[in-house]
Amino acid sequence: MEPIISITSHYFAIPADNVDTDQIIPARFLKVTDKEGLGALAFYDRRYVVDGSPDPAFPINAPAAAGAEILVTGHNFGCGSSREHAPWALLGAGVRAVISSGFADIFRNNALKNGLLPVTVPPVVLRRLTQAWDTCIASGNERTDRLTIDVPSQTLTIDANTSLVFPLEAFEKHCLLAGVDQLDFLLGATDDINAFEAIS
Amino acid sequence: MTATTSRATTLLDKIWNRHVVRAATDVTPAIVYVDLHLVHEVTSPQAFSDLRRRGVRVRCPGRTFATTDHSTPTTPRDHSGRLVVIDAQAATQLDELERNCSEFGIPLYGTDSSRQGIVHVIGPELGLTRPGMTIVCGDSHTSTHGAFGALAFGIGTSEVAHVLATQCILQRKPKTMEIHIDGTVPRGVSAKDIILAVIAKIGIGGGTGSVFEYTGSAIRALGMEARMTVCNMSIEGGARAGMIAPDDTTIEYISGREFAPTGAAWDAAVSEWRGMRSDPGARHDSSVTLDARTLKPMITYGTNPAMAMAIDGRVPDPESIYDRNERATLTHALNYMGVQPGQRLIGTPVDVVFLGSCTNSRISDLREAAGLLRGHKVKEGLRMLVVPGSRAVKRAAEAEGLDRIFREAGAEWRESGCSMCIAMNGDQLAPGKLAVSTSNRNFEGRQGPGSRTMLASPITAVAAAITGTITDLRTLLPN
Repeated sequence: MEPIISITSHYFAIPADNVDTDQIIPARFLKVTDKEGLGALAFYDRRYVVDGSPDPAFPINAPAAAGAEILVTGHNFGCGSSREHAPWALLGAGVRAVISSGFADIFRNNALKNGLLPVTVPPVVLRRLTQAWDTCIASGNERTDRLTIDVPSQTLTIDANTSLVFPLEAFEKHCLLAGVDQLDFLLGATDDINAFEAIS
Repeated sequence: MTATTSRATTLLDKIWNRHVVRAATDVTPAIVYVDLHLVHEVTSPQAFSDLRRRGVRVRCPGRTFATTDHSTPTTPRDHSGRLVVIDAQAATQLDELERNCSEFGIPLYGTDSSRQGIVHVIGPELGLTRPGMTIVCGDSHTSTHGAFGALAFGIGTSEVAHVLATQCILQRKPKTMEIHIDGTVPRGVSAKDIILAVIAKIGIGGGTGSVFEYTGSAIRALGMEARMTVCNMSIEGGARAGMIAPDDTTIEYISGREFAPTGAAWDAAVSEWRGMRSDPGARHDSSVTLDARTLKPMITYGTNPAMAMAIDGRVPDPESIYDRNERATLTHALNYMGVQPGQRLIGTPVDVVFLGSCTNSRISDLREAAGLLRGHKVKEGLRMLVVPGSRAVKRAAEAEGLDRIFREAGAEWRESGCSMCIAMNGDQLAPGKLAVSTSNRNFEGRQGPGSRTMLASPITAVAAAITGTITDLRTLLPN
């Protein structure tokens, strides 16, 4: 895994609660045996209309979303299935961080293992960001202001006057900053595992 | 109090403490040992590739069992008894599981095995699932196995690789939420209605960070398969796991199954299982109470399982919700489902009835459904699929003649698998069509792009199949 220190980007917003994993990547696309090619399929049923052309009303298709590495979305993002295809699809679509007021447990776990950064913020901050996105779309602006997410200080900076700390466990942070694969960590505990098996 | 009195512990505490390989610190999560790892074709290929890339073997092939269910066809077998996979990508995925299991020495109950079935149906059925165990699988409905007093939860593909390689998983200890349900359920109310009522009460994210422990006389009164239905949908309330302490019902169910211990080992196991419960006075982090006597058959009206109500209720009005996001979410859901605020659902025309999934495809589900369907016909123009959870369930149902009841009523009697619950094997709903489904998720597009799903119990599903509309099954019961 590549180390992740900091992300600075404009963003797009999907202002809905409970965006589930079936929306992020529909189940019929889970027949792959690798992790490639899922980016174009992210949000497929929301993103495209029946004839396969992009639905201009869906945020990811807005011109302002082009090149955005940050997704801002509602509460309980990633609820539903355990499919790791969800973070694979988001990463494939160029998303490197998701900002929400809360994440489903399995999604958050899966995201961190792939270097997709879940950033939990209070609802009031979320509202401010989604409103700024709405304004950006309504006024035909090219893109939103840029946000900076800094992993070492665990801060999200919205503008010169607004920055806030988001939660990240020490181990999660270490893995992100050093690009540690958690399997390497577990394989390093082989002596403990041997000892446990010997007595149980 | 005497000095020997130890702190009262929960069922979760007891299982957790026995499985900690290395304790958590402020910096690192705990390393937790996994007793049983169930594997299927969809969430495992990338994990095996990871092992191959690293040159790592599967640490405990004997604690790992694989089956095929998600992308497996449920259409009839050909003359040689083989399933016909018409989807090349699905065929590749199934072949790859076979290759991976053979290379890494993992027992596979694949499409040609008499033990094949939905992973959460066959684990308990074979006696692999037992009290006090830690169980994981790359599938969120692994919570099902908690019905036996096991700690069982879904994991992602990276974690599948972790467990294959080390038989361990990195975890912070979850919180516990007690869900206490006392009383006798009224006639026509089943386990599915209980869990839908629970989720409607706590909300789809209400259990995030927690493990549910279901307690109370209404839970004790349930058979094992009904308990599995309840625990199965814990994840729909945001909890990764749901558990029920083992009792005589549990022990009786396990006894004599293929992988159940025998002889002295059985006696030792049973005496250990008897202690697998929360001590009186053990503290849960939170609790919720329901009165079983007030429950009614349930149905979902929206696009997540918490959007559920009593079958004779009225769809809520988004205008009554203060929070802007919640209001927008409900408005969007009602538009998608084509239902109006304030309307009753009874009488709504239904296109398809799906009886199956890891929630409701076991023999007791099929018995209840067939019991109500007997002597009726599936409404003309409505399609009903009956998909047994495993080949063993299918055989048992056929031995009892249940298949004949379904067939003669006009339903399709199919091979076992996940089928139209997740709609990735070709069994899917056409855009705009409405299904009453005994599965676990009514998410947008879950049963096919543009599909609309209403979740309900097997008997509520049968009632819809008979009348062709959403129906209060209690009106069909003999007096």
